[in-house]
Amino acid sequence: MPLFLTILFMGVVTYSIRLGPILFFSQREMPDWLRRMLRYVPTAVLTAIIVPEMLFPGGELALSWMNMRLAAGAAAAFVAWRTHNVLWTIAVGMAVLWVGSWLVG
Amino acid sequence: MSFSPFTARQEFVAGLKAEMPIALGVIPFGLIFGVLALAAGVPPLLALAMSSLVFAGSAQFIGAQLIGAGTPGLVIVLTTFVVNLRHALYSSSLAPQMKHLPRRWQFLLAYLLTDEAYAMTIIRYQQDKRDEANQKHYYFLGTGVLLWTVWQVSTAVGIFLGTQVPPGWQLDFTLALTFIGLVVPTLKDKPHVASAAAAAMVAVLTFSWPYKLGLVAAALSGIFVGVILEQGQRFQAGLSAALLQEEVE
Repeated sequence: MPLFLTILFMGVVTYSIRLGPILFFSQREMPDWLRRMLRYVPTAVLTAIIVPEMLFPGGELALSWMNMRLAAGAAAAFVAWRTHNVLWTIAVGMAVLWVGSWLVG
Repeated sequence: MSFSPFTARQEFVAGLKAEMPIALGVIPFGLIFGVLALAAGVPPLLALAMSSLVFAGSAQFIGAQLIGAGTPGLVIVLTTFVVNLRHALYSSSLAPQMKHLPRRWQFLLAYLLTDEAYAMTIIRYQQDKRDEANQKHYYFLGTGVLLWTVWQVSTAVGIFLGTQVPPGWQLDFTLALTFIGLVVPTLKDKPHVASAAAAAMVAVLTFSWPYKLGLVAAALSGIFVGVILEQGQRFQAGLSAALLQEEVE
């Protein structure tokens, strides 16, 4: 598939996911099983994206405190838990990552 | 006619203001997307097209990585579907309060429905559930327009700066950090914690799978575990209620 078509279909798929429920479920009730499944989608998908970013920094599993992405992610999770503020979460996470990488490197 | 205490203009400005901190956090991620897309071999014009056609940071980021790895288009589109499936939840949770809007508003706001716009919009929508009695779709529009503008400009700057951003800054990690900020508040009960734990475990076990298919497996496992555990809790609650009833009798 040419790259342009791949990107176009990525867009079509994304827009359909965003528009479909607005059009469909404004006319009728959502079935209960679907509502229950959808409730866990953000938690599951976001976690599935985050965890490899933290644990496989160079493509290899790094379960150690010398892995600064793990340390930074843990610090960020703590800030997110206490503040529920995305900007603080990013700021503290990046600060730990930079200072930590500087100390280790 | 409107019963809203706020005019369309006030709602729009309030949306812009509320979205400001999150939009700031998106800038480094937009820059790094531009840089990464070029590094993955996506031509500058197509990288720009991706930001306006797809307009979904995580899917674009993962898409660029997959393109760089020479992944078949069909697999990239499937991964995009799974990664963006969470938007169906956002969309359906807003649907009841959007049904009175004209079609053109529904089509426009759907295009602007990202994690970051939803995070602010849902707070405003939960404050006031009356449908036709207000102008709060302008609030949604404000959050979406700001985020859209910041995303287009920052990815464009990233594309034109090309490789000027030093890799030592590790700006790509702002994606994971943004998502940590969004996911931690969702861990409010046992099924959600278990869902995250299952997704995390499967993501580690399947990391070596080709084409990021491990991501798909991890996401589906997380959803499955969450639903099953919630079902179990419901069953237990029903059982203990029934036992209590018997004791009373």
